[in-house]
Amino acid sequence: MPVTTFLLVLLLLSFAGFQLGRTTAVSSAGGRLSRLHSVPSYYGLYVAMWVGLPALILFALWTGLEGIVVNNMVRASLPASITSLSAQEINLIMVDIHNLAYGNITSRVPEPALTAAADYYNHLRGIGNGALAVVMLALACAGLFFAKGRIHPKLRARNQVEQVVNVILILCSLVAILTTVGIVLSLLFEAIRFFTKVPPAEFLLGLHWSPQTAIRADQVASDGAFGAVPLFTGTLLIAAIAMAVAVPLGLMSAIYMSEYAPSKVRGTVKPILEILAGIPTVVYGFFAALTMAPFVRDVGQSLGFGVSSESALAAGVVMGIMIIPFVSSLSDDIINAVPQSLRDGSYGLGATKSETIRNVVLPAALPGIVGAVLLAVSRAIGETMIVVMAAGLAANLTGNPLDAVSTVTVQIATLLVGDQEFDSAKTLSAFGLGLVLFTVTLTLNIIALRVVRKYREKYD
Amino acid sequence: MTAHTQTMAGIAVRPQAGTLTGTVPKMDARGVKVYYGAKQALKGIDLEIPERQVTALIGPSGCGKSTFLRCLNRMNDTIDIARIEGLITLDGQDIYDREIDPVQLRARVGMVFQKPNPFPKSIYDNISYGPRIHGLASRREEMDEIVTKSLQRAGLWNEVKDRLKEPGTGLSGGQQQRLCIARAIAVSPEVILMDEPCSALDPIATAHIEELIDELRENYTIVIVTHNMQQAARVSQRTAFFHLGEMVEVGDTEEIFTTPRDERTQGYITGRYG
Amino acid sequence: MTDIISTPRAAPYQSDDFAARLRKRYAAERRFKMYGIAAIAIALGMLAVLLASIVSQGYTAFAQHDLSLEIYFDPAEIDPQGTRDEATLSGANYAALARQSLQAAFPEVESRTERRRLNAIVSNGAGFELRQMVMDNPDLIGTRQTVRLALASDYDQLLKGNIDRDVPEANRKVSDQQIQWIDKLVSNGNIVNGWNWRLFMNGDSRDPELAGLKAGIVGSLLTLAVTLGLAIPIGISAAVYLEEFAPKNKLTDLIEVNINNLAAVPSIVFGLLGLAVFLNAFNMPRSAPVVGGIVLALMTLPTIIIASRAALKAVPPSIREAALGVGASPLQVVTHHVLPLAMPGIMTGIIIGMAHALGETAPLLMIGMIAFIVDTPGGFGDAATVLPVQIFMWADSPERGFVERTSAAIMVLLAFLIAMNAIAVVLRKRFERRW
Repeated sequence: MPVTTFLLVLLLLSFAGFQLGRTTAVSSAGGRLSRLHSVPSYYGLYVAMWVGLPALILFALWTGLEGIVVNNMVRASLPASITSLSAQEINLIMVDIHNLAYGNITSRVPEPALTAAADYYNHLRGIGNGALAVVMLALACAGLFFAKGRIHPKLRARNQVEQVVNVILILCSLVAILTTVGIVLSLLFEAIRFFTKVPPAEFLLGLHWSPQTAIRADQVASDGAFGAVPLFTGTLLIAAIAMAVAVPLGLMSAIYMSEYAPSKVRGTVKPILEILAGIPTVVYGFFAALTMAPFVRDVGQSLGFGVSSESALAAGVVMGIMIIPFVSSLSDDIINAVPQSLRDGSYGLGATKSETIRNVVLPAALPGIVGAVLLAVSRAIGETMIVVMAAGLAANLTGNPLDAVSTVTVQIATLLVGDQEFDSAKTLSAFGLGLVLFTVTLTLNIIALRVVRKYREKYD
Repeated sequence: MTAHTQTMAGIAVRPQAGTLTGTVPKMDARGVKVYYGAKQALKGIDLEIPERQVTALIGPSGCGKSTFLRCLNRMNDTIDIARIEGLITLDGQDIYDREIDPVQLRARVGMVFQKPNPFPKSIYDNISYGPRIHGLASRREEMDEIVTKSLQRAGLWNEVKDRLKEPGTGLSGGQQQRLCIARAIAVSPEVILMDEPCSALDPIATAHIEELIDELRENYTIVIVTHNMQQAARVSQRTAFFHLGEMVEVGDTEEIFTTPRDERTQGYITGRYG
Repeated sequence: MTDIISTPRAAPYQSDDFAARLRKRYAAERRFKMYGIAAIAIALGMLAVLLASIVSQGYTAFAQHDLSLEIYFDPAEIDPQGTRDEATLSGANYAALARQSLQAAFPEVESRTERRRLNAIVSNGAGFELRQMVMDNPDLIGTRQTVRLALASDYDQLLKGNIDRDVPEANRKVSDQQIQWIDKLVSNGNIVNGWNWRLFMNGDSRDPELAGLKAGIVGSLLTLAVTLGLAIPIGISAAVYLEEFAPKNKLTDLIEVNINNLAAVPSIVFGLLGLAVFLNAFNMPRSAPVVGGIVLALMTLPTIIIASRAALKAVPPSIREAALGVGASPLQVVTHHVLPLAMPGIMTGIIIGMAHALGETAPLLMIGMIAFIVDTPGGFGDAATVLPVQIFMWADSPERGFVERTSAAIMVLLAFLIAMNAIAVVLRKRFERRW
């Protein structure tokens, strides 16, 4: 039974429970609603909860664990000839079994043992699904009878329902925490595996990055070098170019919008500018690779510079354009938070508008603007698609914006796209890079948000 | 300076009760009307402001006294929707004339606001800001002198002379307001407009400021908006009573407070409304 | 000098020095203002260049040249035994039919190499298109029909003027002879230009003239459905809890800081989370909309929670007090009064979050939604790709035909985003309330 049918049946049962609970409550009160503790529909909800929730929890548990349980059982059933292989090869075989079971194309001609395992896999899943359906149904019915039996005019149905709802609300707000924990754990776990193969010092301080390793022992290939410094400098170079574009343009347009523009101009220009923020990054990437990079290359060549066709400049400039509305809307908020009384004080002394802005408004807004720029830097560092499409894979250690550089995000994306074996240093290095990326952007965000909040409190 | 009646193009000066005889008014308003969008905030104000005296503007909230004050140095220009009609002169010159530059005007007609609003800069920089933008000091010593003198005049020098480099926002409320007065003095204005300068201060700080206003009268023409009638009686020589966008009555302070001619004035100063 | 302070007078402000200085100050003022206008002009100019470059490269892709050929559905070729057996029908060599028809139009072409060059004019997909026709309607067998078949992309580009005829033959994708053939086909009326339905009705393909967005669009819709299904209930619940019920303590502070920081975590990190947790730990299927939807839901949750909280905060406390005053429980206050009033704001936040999710690419690459998908995905567990990833893959292909199609795909994606944002704007305008 597919997932949607499961949930639909459960929903129907809960609805039936709701109706039943309501009518039972009304009849238990002898039709005099004032004798009931709560409104009848709360009794209905009470029953519906007992029908739906336990079964739903079981369902969630099973979907989470099914894969692991079934996998282990299939693995245990494999013939000795396979279980004696290395862990890495067993993993590959398990992938093949999966593919066979789902009817996908496999990487090799299926051996009979594998086909058998795949059949066993499907068989187990079938049993699991069947058992799940039966148990869920039973749970739902048990819940129905239990709850119906407890209905009594004195039952504090509303309070009980509200308690459960409260718990659900808390769980929902915990999802954010769980996400963070999930990110940290998954990055840490895989990164630690990477650091057992490549020492952290080599990773963080090494000057050479070339993660291509031999897949088979007999292949002739370099061992792979995992010095990430060229990636860090490349990331910083592109982010710096992006900031050089975005900060002056974004800040000046925010100043013009909030201090000079008549409200009509502001009303039309601002939403148009925000369009820049709504354009998907893949579109910017396409623009950078197909329009900006050739343009930069041609201009550079006509001026006599050798410009790489994947220059950091092209990617950086396009990224800067993308970030303009981000900087300008944050700065706009911050400039507007500067109290009017300060401006009045300056105008009252006979200062012109630009003198007031430069000498009073901007210094007052400076901490907030610094926070906004930090947030923008964090965004530039984490941006992926533009650099994947317009910057290259060549991890050059250079500060020249006309050269090709590679960034942390480019490497993460290329290392993990396509076929991968999960134990090689090459694949795991992506998680090492991810950990660095996450740590840096998180630190920047925390600092920036704190700076901005302090700033706001000052003028509240 | 000849009589202003000649310089005001085509507008005859009506003799009215309380018109100063013998002295030339520093500023003069004739038929000033202000609109905020469609709403009329001032309905034609006529008022003369005598030189080196304190003129108090009193009246219930929303009567237009602050609006009128902000017309005197064209601070209303910074509000998009405000529209002003009528004539206001400074030394006989129309301040809304195209020849007159609001920047220059505001240097001559300084302003102190309701809430102390020191810039988030050092005490020294707060004072030196105005002289610096107007180019009043060419050397550092000159600037130092302006700062010192201004703080002395504002009665703040002894309290802050050892911490000129500290931020102005670190001072107490009363000190901040005196800093703002010193800041206004530093550009050597001829007229100082004060918009309820004591409303955010405690009684002791208020007494300080009132003393200061009395001293400043010697050199400056002062217009003060206040809610507090005792304050108006204490510091001003002339008082104008505003009500619902009109100026009801103007005269010597003593006269207004003892023998008001209009019953609305009487009602207000005896506390029947306000 | 001391006079400046002790005896104020108008003198300093009426001197020539001051007037000169004032002129300079106003010049600085005008310059400063110009910088602002220039900054806005540059930003808007960049937007215009970006959109113009995409539209100018892509609008041609909405029309496509087809070959209009008379095809004889030869029974000997398709169904020699006449059994109408499905396996036989689907196994026949339909490409040969198209080739025969084309060669009939150019009887003078005889050598094998020349014939091969001639055949290159028909798309590789022509055979599949013919097969589909026959499978849909077996009665075609034995008849002659004029049908429209895909023209190979290079010739489509030639006719659209994207391949320059003046370039020396050696540097050109199509030979002089092929140009002659095409011109003859055009003059014979064998080339028809029309609406490019393949762009919307086909899945992905290696051949630009056949590649379409259907799989990507359906994949995007499936993925967004999962995202919506998770993000709306969880996001609103979390916002309601944090804004209306949460006590002020360490835990809620932590949640709050957390949400703000999550909103700024790079999207690719969510991809790593999806890969490590959902694919590797939970063994969920690769490339599936369900995983993509979960990842995007986690990514957009902070946006939705923050927007919803702002909307809830905007509901004045007097409404809550009034409802509490007539004896409603706190939950009833929220569900009966506060939430309905905050709904337009919440909806706006959700739509903006969804628009963001629709345009997102990087995290989906991590979980394998970059697969080459010809068939339309049928469910949440099938391998699928999404619109932006399709754009990414096409952008990587060197053929001129894909440049055009990529731009067209971007226009389609932008059209979806514009529609979503327009809905958000309308919602905001319609239900905006000032308290």
